[in-house]
Amino acid sequence: MVQPLNTLVETASQTGGPYVHIGCIPTFAGLGAVYPEDLGLRAIEPGAAGEAITITGEVIDGTGWAFRDALLESWQPDANGKFAGQAGADPQVNGFARFAADKDTGLWTLRTVKPGRVPTRDGRMQAPHISIWIAARGINIGLHTRIYFDDEDNSTDPLLNRIEQRPRAQTLIAKRSAPGEYRFDIHLQGAAETVFLDI
Amino acid sequence: MTDLGPLVPRRRDMHPVPYDPEYKTSVTRSPRWPLLSMESTPSEETGPRFGHSLIGPLDNNLILNWSKDGTGAIGERILMHGRVMDEFGRPVPNTLVEIWQANAGGRYRHVRDTYFAPLDPNFGGCGRTLTDDQGRYQFLTIRPGAYPWPNRANDWRPMHVHISVFGHSFGQRLITQMYFEGDPLINLCPIAATVKSRSQLDALVAPLDLSMSRPLDYLAYKFDIVLRGRRQSMFENKLEGM
Repeated sequence: MVQPLNTLVETASQTGGPYVHIGCIPTFAGLGAVYPEDLGLRAIEPGAAGEAITITGEVIDGTGWAFRDALLESWQPDANGKFAGQAGADPQVNGFARFAADKDTGLWTLRTVKPGRVPTRDGRMQAPHISIWIAARGINIGLHTRIYFDDEDNSTDPLLNRIEQRPRAQTLIAKRSAPGEYRFDIHLQGAAETVFLDI
Repeated sequence: MTDLGPLVPRRRDMHPVPYDPEYKTSVTRSPRWPLLSMESTPSEETGPRFGHSLIGPLDNNLILNWSKDGTGAIGERILMHGRVMDEFGRPVPNTLVEIWQANAGGRYRHVRDTYFAPLDPNFGGCGRTLTDDQGRYQFLTIRPGAYPWPNRANDWRPMHVHISVFGHSFGQRLITQMYFEGDPLINLCPIAATVKSRSQLDALVAPLDLSMSRPLDYLAYKFDIVLRGRRQSMFENKLEGM
């Protein structure tokens, strides 16, 4: 026998199910009166500093279908790389947003500001990115990924450079379609499968 | 404030398998490539914080928070309570816990739920609260009903409450489900069975807690939640100001 570790094990995840919207964005689910507004309705407030951007995309399953019941969350710093709550952070940047695939089209939209750069723990600078977390029916444990930008210098980003199969790094880079507008599709399977993170 | 250190890596064997043909929807929604593993960065170690100003007085009372005239929801009254801790047993205070569930007949208030159990006009089915300084939370609700769902020919969900927890780091984000002690449907449920560790599945089952039950009012069920911890050692974490 050895000494007991006395550490605990993280609670096992379970799928959010088809009605994840009831708990997370009840107004979207049709429960209009329960809270004043849904949590995470806006990543930014009016007057947030930086470049205003809109990112649009789909969450696509293994059959190539943009499914309609995905819930997404995003977390990012302000334009100077400060997260909400940190000293000097832009008070107009919440940093957190919740948004869902449209029930008719499957499209989701995130309106925010381009995030600033944040260093890793050992001081290497990361390229600007937004952290994304996806929950849905059929997803047994939430999927973490990141959105980078094709008009930024991503060449020295530590995470992108860890992707052994170089073409797969492109799955994390949003494509600029117009000034301030980007496209970012998330593929759960297939040749274009998005890189998901264990981080 | 000290540097709390990187997040402890997730033990994927303690979580459900992403791909499980018995839960059919997971077949087309589970990544095929391995995840990219990397030490956490501030992007995962920070996370949104929510204040008490967000929370309304009835937000953690599902018996009353949808009622238009004070008539309570129909069903067995229960107190659902527990603590949110990290892997080192430290409480996670002031973190948002959100729940959602079916009504006593097993029907969700959602446009896509067409099960013929009736909606309860006094039950919405969602609630939220912040943990206290010891990581404790409580909800007053009704016991949700079991219900059938389209998967294999005769699959039924055990009684369950969905739970979403934030923690203090975006990398701690967790959605899970609480089951009820003694429900024979747990061992028949393909969603519960995506958790292959028996001890981890057992940890999703809330025991009846008579010590917290209120005589002549409600039964209590206790459900503790463990989030990822953050590794602290004097050899790698810089103390702020040093």
